[in-house]
Amino acid sequence: MSASPRETLDSPQKLQDACISTEGLSVSYAKSYALRDLHLEIPRGSITALVGPSGCGKSSFLKTLNRLTDLITGCRVTGSVRLDGEDIYQSGFDVLSLRRRVGMIFQKPNPFPLSIRRNLTLPLEEHGTQDSAALAAKTEAALRDVGLWDEVKDRLDSSAMILSGGQQQRLCIARALALGPEVVLLDEPCSALDPLSSAVVEDLIASLRESYTVIIVTHNLSQARRIADQTALFWLENGAGTLIETAPTEQFFSQPQHRLTKEYVSGARG
Amino acid sequence: MNRSSVKADRTATFLCWIVAFAVTGTFFWILWDLLGHGFKGISWSFLTTQPRDAGRSGGISSVLVSTSLILGVCLGVAIPTGVGTAAFLSEWIPRKSRVGRWIRRSLDLLAAVPSIVFGLFGAVFFGEVLGFGFSILSGGLTLALMVLPILIRATEAGFRSASEELRLGGAALGLRRATILRHLLLPAASHGIVVGLVLGVGRALAETAALIFTSGYVTRMPSSLLDSGRSISVHIYDLAMNVPGGEANAYATAVVLILLLILINSLASWATQTWLGGRSLP
Amino acid sequence: MSPSRGDRWLAGALGLAAALAGGAIVLILAFLVIEAWPALRQVGLSRFLGDSGWLPAAGPDGNFNLVPMLAGTVAVTAGAMLLAVPAGVISAIFCRYYAPLGVSHIYRRLIEVLAGIPSVVYGFWGLVVLVPWITRFRPPGQSLLAGALILALMVLPTVALLAESALRSLPRSYFEGAAALGLGRFTTVRSLALPAAAPGIGAGCVLATARALGETMAVLMVCGNVVQVPTSFFDPIRTLTANIALEMAYATQFHRSALFVSGLALMGLVGLLISAVERLSPKPAYE
Ligand SMILES: Nc1ncnc2c1ncn2[C@@H]1O[C@H](COP(=O)(O)OP(=O)(O)O)[C@@H](O)[C@H]1O
Ligand SMILES: [Mg+2]
Repeated sequence: MSASPRETLDSPQKLQDACISTEGLSVSYAKSYALRDLHLEIPRGSITALVGPSGCGKSSFLKTLNRLTDLITGCRVTGSVRLDGEDIYQSGFDVLSLRRRVGMIFQKPNPFPLSIRRNLTLPLEEHGTQDSAALAAKTEAALRDVGLWDEVKDRLDSSAMILSGGQQQRLCIARALALGPEVVLLDEPCSALDPLSSAVVEDLIASLRESYTVIIVTHNLSQARRIADQTALFWLENGAGTLIETAPTEQFFSQPQHRLTKEYVSGARG
Repeated sequence: MNRSSVKADRTATFLCWIVAFAVTGTFFWILWDLLGHGFKGISWSFLTTQPRDAGRSGGISSVLVSTSLILGVCLGVAIPTGVGTAAFLSEWIPRKSRVGRWIRRSLDLLAAVPSIVFGLFGAVFFGEVLGFGFSILSGGLTLALMVLPILIRATEAGFRSASEELRLGGAALGLRRATILRHLLLPAASHGIVVGLVLGVGRALAETAALIFTSGYVTRMPSSLLDSGRSISVHIYDLAMNVPGGEANAYATAVVLILLLILINSLASWATQTWLGGRSLP
Repeated sequence: MSPSRGDRWLAGALGLAAALAGGAIVLILAFLVIEAWPALRQVGLSRFLGDSGWLPAAGPDGNFNLVPMLAGTVAVTAGAMLLAVPAGVISAIFCRYYAPLGVSHIYRRLIEVLAGIPSVVYGFWGLVVLVPWITRFRPPGQSLLAGALILALMVLPTVALLAESALRSLPRSYFEGAAALGLGRFTTVRSLALPAAAPGIGAGCVLATARALGETMAVLMVCGNVVQVPTSFFDPIRTLTANIALEMAYATQFHRSALFVSGLALMGLVGLLISAVERLSPKPAYE
């Protein structure tokens, strides 16, 4: 299979450097479609926000991008997802290194019930860092990146479960960043947090823009407006999720093209 | 409520209490009899000297050693096989797959096999076909088969109680299934493993019929796993049935066996609490 | 997904463990059949049921009548269940509906401890306490009665604990409905709880029966082991299991094969009961 990026004519915008592009992407669970025929390009080094009502396939979409859908029995993915031009669903594709390159943060913080340090070293060791000095250095760097280092440096060996929700979420982000991903997927990362922690995590996400390609699902429209470069609206049509409109964030909120976007942005629907 | 219904309820209450008293009474009768006769026979020297005169006098040191060795062989085989099978059933194959159904079915049946049948099988298969003879090895392997179903059920329950977040979170970081299993799911399932171990060790310690024809009767101190060795429950049986005048030591040995079972149960509940309390971290 | 090398190794190891565990029962059954085959073929089923006695050591020309052992097994099991089922079910009802909370807790714990006492200890207690006590009324003491009493005590916890969990799993709404209708406690238990929990209680009883059938040590120690069809409760009997335990030590060739036939018979009886449990309860038979 070809590894070169393919020009797509039917996508709404043409971007010169797409990090991820999907074509005709559909996801179905045992009985029904969650997502149908999705064409979307995600520009490199930017933040893309996905918004839309619950159940319209946003989480399913994220899970197709790191092939977490493989773990769900009865879940079928068709169409293509290209990462740096390479089809990640082609046979023989290295899924484990895909998941290293595409990190994912869940709605509910999910640190492992291990020590804070072990939460970082376990995935690092798995992906080839064996040397203990390197492990320590990467651990510290990742914790500094998320602003957690000063808070936990004296108790790296206590359980990650005793951290607050916001700290746990930042630990999960650090854990993903430590692996040096290209893409970071965040599925409603702030919705389980109190407003204060939520603000801290949001600032952290905004700071990722320069170094990573970020895709964030959020129900908080003002959050999307604050941090995203590009915003996409998902909607449930005919029982399956579809993409309604994608636009640069300013334009998405000030001059929405689609009727549904107008209503959703103004709070009339959704 | 009418009169007859009140009367019936009173009769039922009475009956319930009578049965409860009878059961409790019998329980304390047994306990009283065992402890009353057995406790005075227990001493340090009873535990540390070898049986003499067919067990009428002397202690039970060689019996305790044989018992530990049999238990060691049993657990050494049953733990890896049992935990592996549980992991296979709950983590590797789809929950409702046909293979899984068949394996669970066979385990149900295995759990129902009478211990004397295990004894027959063990004597022929381990003793003769594999050539281990009457030995601690034969006995331990036979017991391993017996405790497998218990161990697997409990461990499987432990794996099932591990949250889905661990599996998803681990996979999202690109961890191999082996790593997720070893570092995330196994600790989460440790509670179930401990429960299964306690039940299994309890069953193994109590087992007699399956050991008579596999590990045998010999009271000498075993010098290898291929020696025959008498387990503690076989010792009680033999003293009670075949050794006139062996009663006093049978009582003492029975009390030791019960104390061992109590010890194991308390160890397990302590361990479980420690793990569930989250005090120990890998 | 292409599994990594470590994953493939692990998959192999886990599959091997599962194959061992799942294959064990097949191996056991196969060996029972293979070892029983010579006796089955040369003696034939009819002589196992109609010979004039039990003298298996004489080779193919000996006598192979298993009926006394079958009768002993059935009699002692039936006697035990006759006691254990009512006592166990009443114990469960006591725990759920009649005992004050604290008492119920302690009583349940006590039943669990009873369940944990090894059968050899029950047998020993039966031998030194129960048998002499029965002897005072009717020697020799080692008898069907002693066996039934000890077995009843041993399987009572199984009946009680499984019946209790069947009663416990009834939905609360049942009892709210009954209370709203002003039904009394006894009526509620008899007409509502017991019928609704009947499958679970039945499964518990069948399981306990299977345990009683297969029990060896306790009956071996208290039943006297005389090969005869019992005519009274005070007769000594020999069960299938005790027969194997007693004779396996010196049995050779043909005799041994005959013992495997009785082992196969035992396994058949237990297998029947277990499939009855599967029929009765949707959940796996063993916890
Ligand atoms: N594991 C699953 N099994 C079956 N159906 C699922 C699963 N996950 C999601 N769905 C279904 O797919 C649809 C989209 O869900 P999801 O992707 O979670 O939407 P969103 O994240 O936008 O709320 C929903 O109808 C949901 O019920
Ligand atoms: Mg979602």
